[in-house]
Amino acid sequence: MAQEAESKDIDQYHYSKNLDNAVQYLSFALGKEEYGVDILRVQEIRSWEPVSRIPNVPYYEKGVVNLRGSIVPILDLRERFNLSKAEYTPLTVVVVLQTGDSNKTRIMGVVVDSVSDVISVDKTEIQSAPDFGAKVSNEFINGLVSVNERMVMLLDVDKLLKLEELDQDESQ
Amino acid sequence: MSIDMSQFHQVFFEECFEGLEAMESGLLTLDMGDIDSEIINTIFRGAHSIKGGSGTFGFTVVADYTHIMETLLDEMRDGRRQVTQPAVDVLLGSVDCLREMLTAIQNEQDVNNASVAKHKSALEVVLNGGTVTEELSPPVEQEAVVSEELAVNVVPDIVEEESIELGEQGWKIAFCPYLDLLKTGNDPVRLFRELNELGDLTTTANIQDVPGFYELDPEECNISWDLKVVGDISGDEIREIFNWVEGDCEMEIQPLAKAVKSTPVVKKADPEPAAVITPSNPAPKPVEVKPKVATETKKSDSQDADNDATKNTAKASSIRVDTDKIDTLINMVGEVVITQSMLGLVGENFSMDKVGQLKRGLAQLERHTRDLQQSVMNIRMLPISFVFSRFPRLVHDISSKLDKKIALKLVGENTEVDKAVVELINDPLVHLIRNSLDHGIEMPADRVAAGKPETGTIELKAYHRGGHIVIEIIDDGRGLDKDKLLAKAIEKGLIEENNLLTEKQIFELIFMPGFSTAEQLTDISGRGVGMDVVRRNIQSLGGNIEIISELGKGTTIAIHLPLTLAILDGQSVAVGDETYIVPLVSIIESINITERMLNKVAGKGETFRLRNEYLPVIRMRRIFNVHSGNPTKSKEGVLVVVEGQGELCCLLVDELLGQQQVVIKSLEANYRRVEGVSGATILGDGSVALILDVPGLVRFSIR
Repeated sequence: MAQEAESKDIDQYHYSKNLDNAVQYLSFALGKEEYGVDILRVQEIRSWEPVSRIPNVPYYEKGVVNLRGSIVPILDLRERFNLSKAEYTPLTVVVVLQTGDSNKTRIMGVVVDSVSDVISVDKTEIQSAPDFGAKVSNEFINGLVSVNERMVMLLDVDKLLKLEELDQDESQ
Repeated sequence: MSIDMSQFHQVFFEECFEGLEAMESGLLTLDMGDIDSEIINTIFRGAHSIKGGSGTFGFTVVADYTHIMETLLDEMRDGRRQVTQPAVDVLLGSVDCLREMLTAIQNEQDVNNASVAKHKSALEVVLNGGTVTEELSPPVEQEAVVSEELAVNVVPDIVEEESIELGEQGWKIAFCPYLDLLKTGNDPVRLFRELNELGDLTTTANIQDVPGFYELDPEECNISWDLKVVGDISGDEIREIFNWVEGDCEMEIQPLAKAVKSTPVVKKADPEPAAVITPSNPAPKPVEVKPKVATETKKSDSQDADNDATKNTAKASSIRVDTDKIDTLINMVGEVVITQSMLGLVGENFSMDKVGQLKRGLAQLERHTRDLQQSVMNIRMLPISFVFSRFPRLVHDISSKLDKKIALKLVGENTEVDKAVVELINDPLVHLIRNSLDHGIEMPADRVAAGKPETGTIELKAYHRGGHIVIEIIDDGRGLDKDKLLAKAIEKGLIEENNLLTEKQIFELIFMPGFSTAEQLTDISGRGVGMDVVRRNIQSLGGNIEIISELGKGTTIAIHLPLTLAILDGQSVAVGDETYIVPLVSIIESINITERMLNKVAGKGETFRLRNEYLPVIRMRRIFNVHSGNPTKSKEGVLVVVEGQGELCCLLVDELLGQQQVVIKSLEANYRRVEGVSGATILGDGSVALILDVPGLVRFSIR
């Protein structure tokens, strides 16, 4: 009985949180760091499978895979963030994300070490990311939030998956 | 319910646009001398079904508008009205206007009331050329719709109508020509002389607008006239006289008696419309607006035509398919289902003695799948006339703008081509045809001087050749001047002075950005930005473009395009661990070679000697940075001789794997364009292979 009441409390807690502009994030790990992406942008989570390499693109764009008939590019987030490289194991996970502006949506996969949790975050609890200077790029980070004493960096999916600038670089 | 309706809307719009196209082509084929009633019927049917449909769906603006067109067409059909060129032009304008309206409604935008009103009143002007009773009632309508502020109330109009009946005895005409009336070759004196023959003519000239002697331009007509003709004359007779100057003047024609009788009315109407021209004229505005409108329509006509090209890209996202094609498809699917169930049966209690049966079944399945694929592809095929049908209008409009006489000949309109190609080829074609019209075909006088028929011909031809569709634009104009092209290119610094270029290379110069030989810019072409875009567009479709030209005889521009953008025959090749697909159409041959057979050029480039010709070699390993696989193997490999953009070159790959049809998937949908790669496909094992873009590779390797 007591347990039930407790879980009910928790439910209510979550519920009330949901009411005041709470957002859910999928959190995942890259090395010792924890990141989160808006869960509404996550299409699916897959295990790593070999990709077809694309010639002459940045090193962190690993290649493309066949996702039920569409060609989907795979980015390695570790390499994107200049973290140390990890071996791909059968446990390595690809999070398939949707991004898009008004006229077009794209699907892309990002390689992460492991998926941890779905977290509910109150918008008001999100801190803006401090400026680390030029050394660490925080352009993809929307904000920081602490969950159970751990810091989770919330990523801006659109910025993360934007390739336009690269297109321009290439054509120049 | 709303969803249902919008579904019907889509169909309705498609039908309307089809109807409009039919009307347009009908109007263009109308031969003034010899009217084919069947054509008029077709046009009428188009208008009628648009009217019916739009009425049903509650698009009253469209329905009202079409009603007027229909009335006019109906009279033409019954022979009650002469089919004249101005009338046809106005109808063509109305077709454009209707198209605009429908597009606006389709995109849920507001209809451009002003332009609708303009066309509507232009239509009414034509309509009013008919019987007198009709003459005055439409203007009321026109006023109500056209310029809301001209709230001419009903009472004055009734007075007007009454007055006509009374005032058959004479006419009062306010004739105010535009400044350039004389330049158009019209002489008011001649008009007056003709009027005088109809009845007793009194003229009063208003010379208050005539400037001082020193500002006077003798070629400008600064005088306006008030004319009075007394006699039993019909309005038509008078209008007929002024027919020629209709676009070059403001004028109003009203019965004499009425002018006297309706003075009180005029006073009422006067303060509101004030916007219009001669305040000295004591007249209600409706009639006065008309001739002016007619000129405006003409102007906007050509603009409309200009816009046509850009507008059309937003074309139907669905296609109409022959029921035959669908029936075949259904048959095919039936076969596949049967084969599938047969295979299922074999698999149920499988034993080794059933292997033969299994193999047969699989073979059958393969055949059916291929057929199925083909018939599905077939559904996407549309006759090229979808594109071609717009060009008669374009040529008609532009040639009259340029004062050239040009006949357009369409050949092979029924050649079928993939829908995607149809949609994307339109803009480049419009551009090329405009070029031919503007630069290619000479002015009639020059043509006669050159011993050619006065009327120039542009032939638009489509046919299949191999796995390609070829579209040719052939004009019998002045052709490309090689020396001039060269000089221009050197002047613009596009090529070095001492370069030796082949004829073909010289012609290709016109595709370079910033190249234009037109001495003078026109609004049709000559800015030198177009041709490189045309070529890029065509290349992005996987095609190429070539020019054959003879000075003084004409130019032929041939566009080669793949039949479909969805499937291609490919040769898979291995480079290291990677598999790439080379489009079969671009492969000339493949040769087994060893390293020693390659010749180094300046230590960097490599060439291969193929039958006395040195061809550049592109090492796929190097250009795509492939490091996997056994490097020693690259000591020998396979040279795939390919043609890209008319140039031969060799791709060095590790080995050839096999030929297969591949379904082209876009890399750009989720990713982006990759240099040297035109797309991707999915291989039998589910992995992705890149399709090589041969011309792109050649370009890429040069850099």
